[in-house]
Amino acid sequence: MTGARPLNPGRWLGVPMLFVVLATLAFAAPIRMWGLQLPEPVFAMVPAFAWAVIRPSILAPFALLLLGLFLDTFWGGPTGLWGLSLLVAYASVLAGRNMLTGQSRPMMWAWYAGACAITMAAGFLFTMMDSLAMPSLVAVFWQFLVTALLFPFAHRLIDRFEDADVRFR
Amino acid sequence: MPFREGPLGDLKVPLTWTAAVALIVAVVIAVAFLLADRRETLQQQAYGVTRQTVDTVAKPVSGVIAAPGRWTGVGVGAVRNYFFAGSENARLKAELQEMRAYRDKYLALVDENDRYKSLLGLKTDPPIPMAAARVVADSRGPFANTRLADAGKEKGVVVGNPVMNERGLVGRVVGVAPGASRVLLLTDIASRTPVMIDRTNARAILTGDGGPNPKLDYLRGADPIQAGDRVVTSGDGGVVPRGLPVGAAVKGLDGRWRVVLFADSASIDYVRILLFKDFAQLADQQALAAKVLPPVITENPQDSMLGPAKPATPAPAAGASATTPAGTVAPKPTTAGAVAPTVAKPPAARPAAPKPTTTTTPPAAAPARTPQ
Repeated sequence: MTGARPLNPGRWLGVPMLFVVLATLAFAAPIRMWGLQLPEPVFAMVPAFAWAVIRPSILAPFALLLLGLFLDTFWGGPTGLWGLSLLVAYASVLAGRNMLTGQSRPMMWAWYAGACAITMAAGFLFTMMDSLAMPSLVAVFWQFLVTALLFPFAHRLIDRFEDADVRFR
Repeated sequence: MPFREGPLGDLKVPLTWTAAVALIVAVVIAVAFLLADRRETLQQQAYGVTRQTVDTVAKPVSGVIAAPGRWTGVGVGAVRNYFFAGSENARLKAELQEMRAYRDKYLALVDENDRYKSLLGLKTDPPIPMAAARVVADSRGPFANTRLADAGKEKGVVVGNPVMNERGLVGRVVGVAPGASRVLLLTDIASRTPVMIDRTNARAILTGDGGPNPKLDYLRGADPIQAGDRVVTSGDGGVVPRGLPVGAAVKGLDGRWRVVLFADSASIDYVRILLFKDFAQLADQQALAAKVLPPVITENPQDSMLGPAKPATPAPAAGASATTPAGTVAPKPTTAGAVAPTVAKPPAARPAAPKPTTTTTPPAAAPARTPQ
């Protein structure tokens, strides 16, 4: 009955969280070359998508909330903004999980881009309501673009843990 | 007794439903955090202990991560200096020649300015002390544009201090922790900075939107701005000192006036924090606060500064009704004969009461004097 063995939260939640924190710290380095700065992708979008695809979980939403709070405090944004935005995307993916599982890689990439779009739209709306001002759509689009390019990491995470617990296949 | 052996041991809750409940709880917590956030107030109280702790911890970590990038930049700069020393020398010679003329003009103007100041007896602001800091982290997203600088409370940095680099204004401090301070950039969506157009003195508010070029809002005057105009801080409101260079005006693709920031053309790793205080503020605010303030005026007519509202005096004289219109709550004499002395000496305890009319006022004009 090894197939029904539950996943170890430290492996499928803890390790990705650690990588997200480290990647966020690395990309916040103040580097500018030839007038260009490093992009700022939302690395937390990778586990937000992958965790919802792998299996429903009680701990995953709270792990996402923690990641979002870290992003807010480290980036200096409003507290709760990224936590809420990531949870909205997580809930959307979780709701459509039956449609997503087993699809080809390009299709999954498209779904991932859709989840990124939901996150950015949620962030846009919540920022508008919180600051009573409209963020730049161009800046939102650039962040969406660089975040959507992170799908290979989400794919690897899904591949690694999707079959770990056969109850949720 | 273990839980599994109890009566609820066989109860099995579907994981999907439990996960959904967990998700809802997490969303509620996130919403509560967002509603409780007071970041846009840009006050030290709103910058909580958690943020200060994260900044203090993030400073050394980000400093180590940023070090290779900084060393690479220094190395690239050294190589570039070596290979382009000749052309750089020629450019600097031309620039020096041009600057000599400016220097002579500058010295003459300084002398003239000093004479004007002494003639007018003008008191100028004292020089502003500064604290140099290195930027260790930089966030550039659409929803937050901040930098973490490695100078904090120990260097006298306080919330509100303007931050510059060698070219222009970068932003201002919104949070201070031991050893680190959070700088809100001019491009952040919460940033509002009073500026003016150097050529016309037209005032505007520089409003960030998460993009690289903040907007100029509330521009006043006829034709106040042209492309390329220099934008500097106006000093209005005492937030930042007057005259700090900000950027050059450009017309955005959306048809709005925007600013290309001078600070963007310089390196981002070193900044100067101006330990600025508004010199126009009162010297001793504590003494002012300690004074006994006048009682609070409420809407209750019995407590009104105009005195208690009295019912209309029965059978007033014709002259009295002409002097004080009906419906006013102004103190009025009870008899017509008392009008003149009351008018001559209004009660000292009620200085804000409107003067009772001394002459016969047409009823149509009277409501204009009636306090609302």
